[in-house]
Amino acid sequence: MKTIAEIMALRDKMQAEIITRDSSEVNDIRIVVGLATCGIAAGARPVFNTMIDEVTTRNLKNVKVTRSGCLGMCKLEPIVEVFVPGEEKVTYILVDADKAKRIMADHIVNGNIVTEYLISNE
Amino acid sequence: MRELSLNILDIAENSVKAGATLIQISITVKCGIIEIRIEDNGCGMNGEFLKTVIDPFTTTRTTRKVGMGIPLFKMAAEQAGGSFNITSTEGIGTKISATFQKDHIDRAPIGAIEDTVIALIAADCKIDYTFCYSFEEKDFALDTREIKAQLDNIPIDESEVLQFIKGLIIENILSINGGVVI
Repeated sequence: MKTIAEIMALRDKMQAEIITRDSSEVNDIRIVVGLATCGIAAGARPVFNTMIDEVTTRNLKNVKVTRSGCLGMCKLEPIVEVFVPGEEKVTYILVDADKAKRIMADHIVNGNIVTEYLISNE
Repeated sequence: MRELSLNILDIAENSVKAGATLIQISITVKCGIIEIRIEDNGCGMNGEFLKTVIDPFTTTRTTRKVGMGIPLFKMAAEQAGGSFNITSTEGIGTKISATFQKDHIDRAPIGAIEDTVIALIAADCKIDYTFCYSFEEKDFALDTREIKAQLDNIPIDESEVLQFIKGLIIENILSINGGVVI
C-alpha cells in the first residue's frame, strides 16, 4: 500500500526533469472547467479530472487545468473554456469525460477546435 | 448530486470562495452513522446571512455566492435519516457537519472522494487541505502542508503528484474499509 513517505522518491525523480521545463506561465494553454453547484451536479468533476489525467498521460508541460464558478448558463453545464495564448477564447458545452478527451486530442494537442461541442451550435 | 463526495466538492468550493487558506474535510463511519465535516478558515458569515443559506428560496441575487449547494447537502443528510448543522463566525471561518444513517435506503453513496480531493488540490495549490477518513477504529489522514514540505520545490499540482495522491487515497480507503464500498 502507498504511504505518504513514498512521495519523497517521486520528488527526487521529478526534480531532475523540472529544471528543463519552460516555467513561463504566459505561454500556458488554460483549460477552465466550471465547478459551481450546477457544474458539479451536471458532471463537471469527471471532466475536470479527465483533463488532469490527459495532461499526465500526454505529458503536456504547458497546459494548466483550472476552475471557474457559475457562468449563468447552468443548463449548458459542464462548460469548458479553452484559452490558447494569442487566440480567441473557445467555449465548449455539455462536456463529459469522452468529449474532454476529444477536446484534449483535437484542440489542445493538434490545434483543431471541436466545432460540434461549441456553444454556438446550441 | 449522486454522490456525497460531489456535495463535499461543492461545499468546499464555497470555502474557496470565502477566501479560506485551510479547508479540513473529514468522513467518519462509525456505529452505522456516517459523519461528514467540512471546516474552513475563510471569511465566515454573519448570523443573519447564516439563516438564509440553508433556504434556497431566500438566497438573493446579491448573495449568490451561496445558492443551492448547502440546501442540497442538507437534503441529502435529512433524507438519509441524518442531520445537518452549520456554524460560522465572521473573520474566523465556517463549520459544516452532516450525519447520515449508513444503511438508510435513501443515503447516497460516498462515491469517488479521491476525485473530489484531487480536484480541490489541483484547482488551487495555494489552498491547503486536510482529509481524514475513518471507518470504525481505523483511519487515514492526509495533510497537503505535510506533502508540500516533503515535495520541496516540486509543485503539488504537478500531474504526477496528483496521480500519486489519488492512488494513496484509493488504496488506503479500500484497505480501511476491508474492500467494502460505502
